[in-house]
Amino acid sequence: MRLVVVSAGLSVPSSTRLLGDRLAAAVGRATPGETDVEVEVVELRDLAVEIAHNFTNGFAGKALSAAQEAVTAADGLIVVTPVFSASYSGLFKSFFDVLDKDALAGKPVLIAATGGTARHSLVLEHALRPLFAYLRAVVVPTGVYAASEDWGAEGLDGRIERAAGELAALMRGLSATKRQVRDEFEVVPFAQQLAALSPAERAGV
Amino acid sequence: MQFGIFSVGDVTPDPTTGRTPTERERIKAMVAIALKAEEVGLDVFATGEHHNPPFVPSSPTTMLGYVAAQTEKLILSTSTTLITTNDPVKIAEDFAMLQHLADGRVDLMMGRGNTGPVYPWFGQDIRQGINLAIENYALLRRLWREDVVDWEGKFRTPLQGFTSTPRPLDGVPPFVWHGSIRSPEIAEQAAYYGDGFFHNNIFWPADHTKRMVELYRTRYAYYGHGTPEQAIVGLGGQVFMRKNSQDAVREFRPYFDVAPVYGHGPSLEEFTEQTPLTVGSPQEVIEKTLAFRDYAGDYQRQLFLVDHAGLPLKTVLEQIDMLGEEVVPVLRKEFAAGRPADVPEAPTHASLLAAARKEVVA
Repeated sequence: MRLVVVSAGLSVPSSTRLLGDRLAAAVGRATPGETDVEVEVVELRDLAVEIAHNFTNGFAGKALSAAQEAVTAADGLIVVTPVFSASYSGLFKSFFDVLDKDALAGKPVLIAATGGTARHSLVLEHALRPLFAYLRAVVVPTGVYAASEDWGAEGLDGRIERAAGELAALMRGLSATKRQVRDEFEVVPFAQQLAALSPAERAGV
Repeated sequence: MQFGIFSVGDVTPDPTTGRTPTERERIKAMVAIALKAEEVGLDVFATGEHHNPPFVPSSPTTMLGYVAAQTEKLILSTSTTLITTNDPVKIAEDFAMLQHLADGRVDLMMGRGNTGPVYPWFGQDIRQGINLAIENYALLRRLWREDVVDWEGKFRTPLQGFTSTPRPLDGVPPFVWHGSIRSPEIAEQAAYYGDGFFHNNIFWPADHTKRMVELYRTRYAYYGHGTPEQAIVGLGGQVFMRKNSQDAVREFRPYFDVAPVYGHGPSLEEFTEQTPLTVGSPQEVIEKTLAFRDYAGDYQRQLFLVDHAGLPLKTVLEQIDMLGEEVVPVLRKEFAAGRPADVPEAPTHASLLAAARKEVVA
């Protein structure tokens, strides 16, 4: 199964990336035996310029395209953002702004965030969860928020294991039923389109 | 294969002088560009249609009629004609009129416009964009092909015993291209009718163009008009040339960096790598254009955008000179080499008339 971690951490090393890595490792542990979990990490920091260009240009550059394809093809996603101004970072949102709106439909997603204090922990519920609900992703019940103080305290490991377990279960369940990826080049036969406009069709004849 | 110029008709300040041309200057510049295209032996001039500043060409057949009077060989076309918001009755009449004045040197490209607000300006609803393109074009075809039309549709008043005038020259309607960047429905429409498909690839990576053209070719064959390789494909491309590549880059960069369509985004180098934009020597333009065939197959029409980013008219005319003298003669030769014999040329009035006569005899 393919697991993609989208990390919007900016510093190197980054606690946002660290949280993403720990969640990914926990998903691996929660998926013993049957299938290996292939993990790919998308660092949005490296894509920042291409994401901005996608806004001005209308199309994605090479590295951004590759990241979009990886995310679209993944069986599960872990998305991690630092909290900026009481919400996800602008870079984090921008990545999902330039992703096809159907790319995440039906996809299991684990939401996670990092911040300087625990006071922002509900950002998961008031910012990230609605965003992924809009994108029609299946968001696991447990979101993981890590404040600076959590890294040395008890409790974070437990939340990571619980969230990862939920994501692993959903990935196993949902990857069995192959999601339908929309083909943007699909066409409705022209005669059908033409017929839909004819007066007879509208009158229900 | 046909080569030509297409113009958007934007009024853009020249960033190196800060001067903005007047509308009159820009309109006359477009005419000068068309006349230059004929002078240097290019085949086609196509004008855009826009109904908002900073664009000037709102009345394409007026401009093309004026150009027709001053040219002898040039094919006059559009890029594009708004099939969504123009009344198909008026399109049928305007372009039939132009056919007579230009002795058949006319074709046109259907499009849906580049701005949402244009729909209400002409009393239409943008939510019906694709449906308007479908219904209006179906009516347009009948108006050109049937002398007396009874018609009823969803978007305009019914027609009873209506004859659009003048009738198409020699009873042969102008050839139609359908221009689209990302709507597979339009590729499907072009394929259904066996019309041409123009992919305006100028801001798009090659991979996207390849998929749209492949879709059109596949559906063209599906509808029995010929093999996929025989479908009628047109592509765009935008260039800036100087004898030496470095001079071209140096001169164009200040235009690129602030142009409404290019500026404030990727660098000139990134943009030229990912899109058809070529800034360099004529040889570089030749190489990049020839490479279009690698992903679009043998195609019929290549239009160049040269009056972009606020370049002064004098510079634009120099570009067309270089196209005519150094680029297009090589492209004609190279594209002809290795082109299968059963890949047709783009239809013209003469070829369509000959085909129609053959059909009558048969």
